[in-house]
Amino acid sequence: MAEVAPQPVKAPSGDAPLAAPPSGDAPVAEPHRGFFPPWLVTIGRAVISIPLRFFSEIGMLAGLLGQAVFWGIRPPYRFSLLLAAFEFVGVQSLFIVGLTGLFIGMVFGIQLVDGFRQFGAENQAGPVVGMALTRELAPVFASLMVSARAGSAMSTELGSMRVTDQIDALTTMAVNPVQYLVVPRIIAGAVMVPLLTMLFNLIGIFGAWLVCVQILGLDPGVFTENVKWIVDAKDVTQGLIKAVVFGFTVTLIACRHGFYAKGGAAGVGQATTSAVVQSAVAILVLDYLITSIITGQGGL
Amino acid sequence: MSAASEASAAAAQAAAAEAEKDPIHLRVRDLRKSYGEHEILKGVTFDVLRGLNNVIIGASGSGKTVMVRQLIRLEKPNAGQIIVDGQDITSLSDVDLVPARRKFGMVFQMSALFDSMDVYDNVAFLLREHTKLRERDIREKVMARLKALGVEHAAHKMPAELSGGMKKRVAVARALALEPKILIYDEPTTGLDPITSRTVDDLIEQTRETYGVTSIIISHDMASVFRVGHHITYLYKGTIEASGTPEEFLASESVRVHEFLEASGVSKDLMREGRVDAPISAA
Repeated sequence: MAEVAPQPVKAPSGDAPLAAPPSGDAPVAEPHRGFFPPWLVTIGRAVISIPLRFFSEIGMLAGLLGQAVFWGIRPPYRFSLLLAAFEFVGVQSLFIVGLTGLFIGMVFGIQLVDGFRQFGAENQAGPVVGMALTRELAPVFASLMVSARAGSAMSTELGSMRVTDQIDALTTMAVNPVQYLVVPRIIAGAVMVPLLTMLFNLIGIFGAWLVCVQILGLDPGVFTENVKWIVDAKDVTQGLIKAVVFGFTVTLIACRHGFYAKGGAAGVGQATTSAVVQSAVAILVLDYLITSIITGQGGL
Repeated sequence: MSAASEASAAAAQAAAAEAEKDPIHLRVRDLRKSYGEHEILKGVTFDVLRGLNNVIIGASGSGKTVMVRQLIRLEKPNAGQIIVDGQDITSLSDVDLVPARRKFGMVFQMSALFDSMDVYDNVAFLLREHTKLRERDIREKVMARLKALGVEHAAHKMPAELSGGMKKRVAVARALALEPKILIYDEPTTGLDPITSRTVDDLIEQTRETYGVTSIIISHDMASVFRVGHHITYLYKGTIEASGTPEEFLASESVRVHEFLEASGVSKDLMREGRVDAPISAA
């Protein structure tokens, strides 16, 4: 019998008080001993914590991305999981992305015709809608919709798997969870969001045509020719480049929050909220950066 | 003799042959794990005996769960060795760990069944991932395993539709799918009623006997510990306080062992007599 020599254990005495008895006096505040006043320390800590949290978040995303690349290029390649992720991110987002595109195009059409009429340029509404949609609105709104629908669901699903040990179970079964859960989702985001963006473009321009031509009475030939004349492949490409980056980023952020969720149901809820908020912020910031780089304007 | 019982006999023979070579299946040496400045495992050393039910007990917060996470390398220890069949798995990379982990099966405290899959797919999961068996052969194996564990009728139910005891059975069936050498149970009876706990204990012993696995059972349910345990290791605040057979454990002079036994509410006399089902107050 292997046995470690027992250490004397102090038995709790029934007489011994567990804490100092209350004196009845008001607690005496401890004198401040630091160089800086406490309020300055509190503010300083709060200010410092913002960049610390930012860099910590970037580090976690980079770490997960590194693992995803490492495991993504290794067999086994699970095509059925990839197809399921395509279906989840892409097919199941068709309706909401299409609906958003239709109404964005319609509203934008009304606003532009109303604005351009003031100086007799309402026929330019079509091309401006087309350019705005292809370059900006379609990738941004399609990504936001995917983030709200698929990203939040991914974060919740992975978070639930984490807090119920299902991700650990995968690991114990010699199945790498990043390879199994994260890689297909990130690929699906990068592939399906551009396709959804194209759908958004088409339905958005159709919505604008519907309002401008069918309701507000613009000439259909002029509307169509102006769109074809102004909107070119470069505009569409710019939007698609953004869509690839946004789709990839949205799914990476969703997976990161779900994959590392902790703290039970509340932790899963927090992970989902953080994933959606961070995705939205990331889309807007990246949109500016990419636009600035592609156009050579905006300071980058 | 059926195919399942032939396989069981072969597995039992293989386990017996290996046991003759080295009765110690897994060696843990000076294992240390800290989170920040908080040291949880403070140099843990113990052996896991081949083909037996090895129980690791300890109070909540003693480091049992942390230790089991190191054993299967869900986490990397700060120092020490975990030697399985002569191979130190603490130094393996994530890629090299994949084959090493196939020696283990694990039954989680809350079963951790994949809730997006039905029972059949949960058990078939490992066979689809790690073998090239045809779907027909997978079906045969899965149904045989489910039948052996008495849950074949639930094959197409979702985990949310199962009771706690059934979930445990399915979790055992899933863990056994690739016929691992070592099966780890993390607090298998926690949260279960006494009758279901008894059923789970029977399941652990039946699984060991049938499949010849080495079981590592993490528990603080003393009735269950003395019902199934062949070798008991007591973890106290990150160190091993005592280790031995149930008889040796009961005869321990350690004050902490005595305190733990008394606090568990199970009479030592009853345990010595092998009547450990009832807490002392109900005896």
